[in-house]
Amino acid sequence: MSRALRIGSLGLALCLALPGCQGVQSALDPAGHQAGRIAGLWWLFLGVLAVVYLVVLAGLLIAASRPRRRGVLPNGPSFAREERIERRLTGGLTAWAVGTGAIILTLTGLSYAVDRDILGLTDKAELEIEVTAKQWWWQVKYNDPVPSRSFETANEIRLPVGVPVRIVLKSQDVIHSFWVPNLHGKTDLIPGRVNETTLVADREGRFRGQCAEFCGFQHANMALDVVAMPRDRFDAWRESQLSPAAAPADDLARQGQQVFLSAACVMCHTIHGTTAASRVGPDLTHVASRPSLAAGTLPYSKGNLAGWIADPQRIKPGNQMPITSLSPDQLQGVVAYLDSLK
Amino acid sequence: MTAGTDTAVVRRDGPGLGEAETNARLARSWATPPGLWGWLSTVDHKQVGRRYVVTAFTFFVLAGLLALAMRMQLAGPERTLLSPDRYNQIFTMHGTTMMFLFAVPMMEAFAIYLVPLMVGTRAIAFPRLNAFSYWVYLAGGIMLWVAFILNVGPDVGWFSYVPLAGPQYSPGKRVDFWAQMVTFTEVAALAVAVEIIVTVFKQRAPGMSLNRIPLFVWGQLVTSFMVVFAMPAVMVSSSMLIMDRLIGTHFFNPAEGGDALLWQHLFWFFGHPEVYIIFLPATGFVSSILPTFARRPIFGYTALVLALFATGFLGFGLWVHHMFATGLPHLGNSFYTAASMAIAIPSGIQIFCWIATLWDGRPRFATPLLFVIGFIVVFVLGGLSGIMLASVPLDSQVHDTYFVVAHFHYVLIGGAVFPLFGAFYYWFPKFTGRMLSERVGAWNFGLFFVGFNLAFFPMHILGLIGMPRRVYSYPAGVGWDELNLLATAGAVILAAGVATFVGNVWHSLKHGVSAGDNPWGAGTLEWATSSPPPSYNFTHIPVVTGQEPLWTLPQGLPAQGLPVVGGLRVDQRELLLTTVVDADPDLREPSPEPSIWPLLSALAVTALFIGSIFTPWAVVWGAIPLAVGLIGWFWPKSPPDTPEPVID
Repeated sequence: MSRALRIGSLGLALCLALPGCQGVQSALDPAGHQAGRIAGLWWLFLGVLAVVYLVVLAGLLIAASRPRRRGVLPNGPSFAREERIERRLTGGLTAWAVGTGAIILTLTGLSYAVDRDILGLTDKAELEIEVTAKQWWWQVKYNDPVPSRSFETANEIRLPVGVPVRIVLKSQDVIHSFWVPNLHGKTDLIPGRVNETTLVADREGRFRGQCAEFCGFQHANMALDVVAMPRDRFDAWRESQLSPAAAPADDLARQGQQVFLSAACVMCHTIHGTTAASRVGPDLTHVASRPSLAAGTLPYSKGNLAGWIADPQRIKPGNQMPITSLSPDQLQGVVAYLDSLK
Repeated sequence: MTAGTDTAVVRRDGPGLGEAETNARLARSWATPPGLWGWLSTVDHKQVGRRYVVTAFTFFVLAGLLALAMRMQLAGPERTLLSPDRYNQIFTMHGTTMMFLFAVPMMEAFAIYLVPLMVGTRAIAFPRLNAFSYWVYLAGGIMLWVAFILNVGPDVGWFSYVPLAGPQYSPGKRVDFWAQMVTFTEVAALAVAVEIIVTVFKQRAPGMSLNRIPLFVWGQLVTSFMVVFAMPAVMVSSSMLIMDRLIGTHFFNPAEGGDALLWQHLFWFFGHPEVYIIFLPATGFVSSILPTFARRPIFGYTALVLALFATGFLGFGLWVHHMFATGLPHLGNSFYTAASMAIAIPSGIQIFCWIATLWDGRPRFATPLLFVIGFIVVFVLGGLSGIMLASVPLDSQVHDTYFVVAHFHYVLIGGAVFPLFGAFYYWFPKFTGRMLSERVGAWNFGLFFVGFNLAFFPMHILGLIGMPRRVYSYPAGVGWDELNLLATAGAVILAAGVATFVGNVWHSLKHGVSAGDNPWGAGTLEWATSSPPPSYNFTHIPVVTGQEPLWTLPQGLPAQGLPVVGGLRVDQRELLLTTVVDADPDLREPSPEPSIWPLLSALAVTALFIGSIFTPWAVVWGAIPLAVGLIGWFWPKSPPDTPEPVID
């Protein structure tokens, strides 16, 4: 029975030794106020409950192996209930039940305290980002009281460090769940409802979020990048996102733009500053500035972009983007054009 | 026979009729007809129970193979052994099969076989309904698996959240097969629950007052009540889903005023009690095995019974902890945190009583006890991680991650499958008349225990470092590779443990040591009859004078030394009914003969259910054969069998 224990401590040691705990998608490597409080609560629960577990295992071990009186009959009960022992055990049971109750009450209280503390951030939000989940990507809209200062991006969220941000969560199709473990726990996006959560990053960094509610075929490849950056860099980034797409700078890109606007691409995507204004798929106005492609499926690179456009169904089978029959020249042009959309 | 016939032909057991003659007449009255007809028409609870066991175990193995396939896919990052479509079907089938076709039916199987023996009666209440329930369960299971083999297996998870499972996002028939399978198995489960409740309330042997009911029977009784209250919720929700999909209702469609969260409330109002529906019978296994192998009456009988009731009640107040991430009001969530935490108290009491029994006993470490010890080690860990999940902030991080996968496998395999294997080793001699090999049993336990922990412990950490559930693939470089490989290795060892068990059963069925009536020196009534028991269970109905009737006998006296009550007819199937609280003799009640009608009715139900996947008209036309089946089943006999008061 000590085997489970050994595996347990081994696993824990393993976890602490591995880079995993310091990962880009780890609840144990908090980079935000809420995740920090939750991680603290976690270690506290773990400590208390590990002691309880050890006590139970010790009790079991002693119960199984302590020396017995002799004179065991081959079958049947070796002795009937003895008043004295029954009384003592009953006392033990009472103490155990009271102890369990006390531990439970304490842990419940601690849990409530952390819960309230986390919720305290809700009213302090200075920015609002509206995230709409779609099978299988994230539409991200930075809302601003001045409508012309709102803009849209996809599969990435950039946050200014130290600024609480309200995240408004919606779904266009099925239930998804928004989860960036380094910053906070998850909240579902439910069609017909609007949920909210608050994120605040305490330090700079690049984190990974992922859909946590099974949402169909490509649930596994529905991730998003979260980048926490200093306020001034964030503001600069925001200004750049507000600008329309850059005009193509060379012939290849110009030709690519023509292809984009005359092929099936334009049926689903928006590129501000051009006539492409469809809202089925992600807004591509600044696609080349994003860290990854296809909702975290591929890191962004020109080669991956070409591979993705050439055959999205091979890379992420079942996703909503069809194969567009482009000649190699056309493909090259489109890739050159999109890659210029920083 | 008319009323005027000489009363001397009415034979009753008791003085005046020799043992051999009594047994011969009982065997004739309670016999199942020979051959295929008898096989199809039997209402013997032991035969039906054995079928349930074998069928549920088959589904366990099948779903286990699916788990292995998933572990192979996840052994490393970005593996392509399974396509996303296949993987989604496989994880859905794994969960669905384990929950609906293995765990609940397996626990019912043991109830069907053992409860009548443990309470000392000749048959289960409503034996034809029992046969019917088995056929319906079998049909539902086969339907689901045939659909899966034909690539129409459900692919939206065992929980089938709408709108993903709705008509818009899951066109085709995959989800319909899932929803209809729920209907099949719930009909079966409700039938069994009613049988168990009535058997326990009205058929206990005289003297088995409430405070002498074996803990296994208490567990099954509380479970049956939970089934009666929980299953209707899932039948309602799955029926609403079928209607949404088949006839265009909009119960769950937010665009038409429906509500996506309604499904989750209804489903988890069933889904959480479901866990205890699986766990409470397993506590019954533990409370049966422990006293026998600790050779001491269980400590804290009353506390254990009260813990069962407390769990049964609290189990209905926890469902929202499956929905902490859905954005429900925080004050409400806090209540469910408290309720979920509170269930640790009855569980803690149970664990204490079991360890105390072992402490004060003189344990004999046979395989059943090994599995019980394994149960405590594994289940307590699962219970403690459950306390973490009850906390809203902690749950918001680990919900829907591999941490939860680890947690509920510790709870369900630890809490139910470890005791179940213990129960197999414990009652196999009673079921078959032969012992399972103890040597192989130790290997079985060792492989299962090591493999289990190796497979599932790493998943706790995986969840904490961000790996969500239900993903067919994961990227390299996030830090999940090594632990996943470890889990897969553990799964292989776990599978080897199960294979060892199958081999042990296979070998022991033919070559096992002959068991005798009571090989373990146990105290409850199922050991007071032969192994396997005769069709009529007991020659005479025993009179119960303690919690472990066989241990109240003077040492060395065989089970035949139990006091008995006579007066039941031996030339007809007749049961002794007793009062609910004190189990005083009350009535003599006829028990039904074998009949083919339960099977025919089950076939009619099957046709109706499967047909209605394709057209609503199946409900109309399918009602006709079903009506014929039920009319045949309930056709009045002449002269009618009526209960008679106990005269003497």
